Amino acid sequence: MTTPNEKIDKKPDTKTNESVPLSRRRFLEFLGKGAVCAGALAGAGSALGLSETKNPKRAFQQNDEQYSESINNPPKVPDYNWNDHQWAMGVDTDRCIGCLRCMEACKMENSVQMDAFHFRTWVERYVYLEGSNTAVVDSQSDPKNIENTKSETKFRFDNRYKNVKVDKAFFVPKLCNQCEHPSCVQVCPTGATFKSKDGPVLIDTTYCIGCQYCVQACPYGARSFNESRGTVDKCNWCYHRITKGLNPACVEVCPTGTRIFGDRNDPESPISLFIKNNHVQVLKPEMGNAPNVFYKGTDKEVV
Amino acid sequence: MESVFNHVTPHIGFIYPNESDMAWTQLIVIYPYITGLVAGAFVVSSLHHVFNIKSFAPISRFALLTALSFMIFAPSPLLFHLGQPTRAFNALITPHWTSAMAAFGYVAGFYVSLLLLETWFAFREDIVALSKARTGIMGKIYGWLTLGSDDVSPRALAIDHKIARILAMIGIPAACGLHGYVGFIFGSLKTREWWSSDLMPVIFLLSAVGSGVGLLIVLYVIVSKFRKTLLPDETMRGLLYVLFTAITVVMVIEGLELLEIFYKGREGVETVKALITGPIWAGMSIQWAMSIFVLAVTSALLVYDVHGKRLVNWLFMSGLAMMIGVLAMRWNVVIGGQELSKTMKGLLTYYPEMFGRESLFVVGIITICPYITLWLVTKLLPPWNEKIELENKIFDVHKIT
Repeated sequence: MTTPNEKIDKKPDTKTNESVPLSRRRFLEFLGKGAVCAGALAGAGSALGLSETKNPKRAFQQNDEQYSESINNPPKVPDYNWNDHQWAMGVDTDRCIGCLRCMEACKMENSVQMDAFHFRTWVERYVYLEGSNTAVVDSQSDPKNIENTKSETKFRFDNRYKNVKVDKAFFVPKLCNQCEHPSCVQVCPTGATFKSKDGPVLIDTTYCIGCQYCVQACPYGARSFNESRGTVDKCNWCYHRITKGLNPACVEVCPTGTRIFGDRNDPESPISLFIKNNHVQVLKPEMGNAPNVFYKGTDKEVV
Repeated sequence: MESVFNHVTPHIGFIYPNESDMAWTQLIVIYPYITGLVAGAFVVSSLHHVFNIKSFAPISRFALLTALSFMIFAPSPLLFHLGQPTRAFNALITPHWTSAMAAFGYVAGFYVSLLLLETWFAFREDIVALSKARTGIMGKIYGWLTLGSDDVSPRALAIDHKIARILAMIGIPAACGLHGYVGFIFGSLKTREWWSSDLMPVIFLLSAVGSGVGLLIVLYVIVSKFRKTLLPDETMRGLLYVLFTAITVVMVIEGLELLEIFYKGREGVETVKALITGPIWAGMSIQWAMSIFVLAVTSALLVYDVHGKRLVNWLFMSGLAMMIGVLAMRWNVVIGGQELSKTMKGLLTYYPEMFGRESLFVVGIITICPYITLWLVTKLLPPWNEKIELENKIFDVHKIT
């Protein structure tokens, strides 16, 4: 596969911070500026393309040295007490436009593998064709969508419904539901993944043995396996950000306010108000996992 | 664009994006297969040791060694599969008890110890005799294997038999537990429609017994051919009874399982149908064709009261068919369960890789290892109750005097 981006693809120089392909700050600055103008979407897309390498399984935004540093010397957050918070997320599917900025921001922020089958968050498209009672579903990883962008790292929904009549269509962003009764935690043989007191389900990647039982046990397909690290990866609501009072990256970049995040212990937080003021539901309630991501405006077809 | 997808599992319909990288592959297919062979072989060995069924006496010690050789390699597919195999002991040091998998190390460890102990007690008399009959390094090795206990008086031997019998009695629930437990690892997962069944542990256990008996028949016939010994008719008849019982019960319960899925007709049952007629069509055909073959042949052998060489030949084919059928069943469960997407709106079709850490090549090597080990172990501890003869001791001055 050759793309024009390969010409400017450089291996990250680990010695200096300057030469890291795209730091988080630069990326978010980039997005911040870009969000003002219409060209923002295309800009961010090509920025992602910078990180594309020949072997997509090893393409990290964070290089190995940075990764080991973050594991061995995690940042201290002195003022944070996890007993004081109860984090939750809301998704207003009526607002989602399927731009996939959340997913790209997540990949950058959390060094998720840069390919079409490892995601911490993703977006699904549900389309009712005229006269049909069931929805046609695809995600950004659908082969046709990938073919359309000619790249495994630039994700777009294609325009396949251009010439057909559509009754109803909507996007549903997905991510880890940080369940109250997480089946992934239940099945972990070592206790490497655990439910934190403030809500998110976290993974100790220095203790995970990589058996992938949790990948099987997650009803939502939220977990993936990082072959290079030999451990499992999942959304943790950007735990490194929320403990410092920031929003998760996906919430930060969402241009339409689809994703709502906050502390349920605070009755005036965006999420408390969202849950209070809307009819919300959770995905697959029959699983008994009691998710902490609340959806507004989903549909019977949403799985 | 095929380069994008050449390393993921192709799919139709809608699947969660993370699902296209399949988590459990062919290594997890042979793991329950190997533990199943252990369970089956052990049950046959116990039929003589515990229930004193005389017709199984000629192969009971061979069955014990078979169980031991296969059990030693049962954890190896799991180790090859782990993303961080060096951390495997984390599950033993800090087991997370709500996990069905956490007990694996303990269950397997207990079972290996039990098999080793039972083997030692069952072979102690021979080991003592061999330590006296053999010279040189082998004599030394047998000397060490006696663990300093060379009393072969009738009273000591009676104690040996009693302990071996008690160990075998503990071993039966342990073997069933070990394999029912493997079934539980799959059956307890509510997320996968194809696995989430109360019958799963029972199916795993019964098919395990069937495949283990099949393995013993195949090995016994081949070994006897090489040793140029006759196969006792009553032993073969005994194995036939066990095989017939196993295949009948397995087929009934597997049939019930399928019937329940389709009769309940829960959401996504069309996708289950598509799975059976699509990605695992070949596997299902092999599984059921082999099962029907075994059932038909064993029934015919019983009805026509076949003995002698014809019995051996047909039983050999049934045993082989049983092994193939159960292997196909393991594939259908482990791979098929993952080919059915958690969305119930899509199907994946898994193609195994040939070379690599989790490849067919590695699976082949792991599958061959127990057979080689068994060959070596039978060299060390001949299980055929033959008279142990003294080696030529011309140069062994001390022993002659």
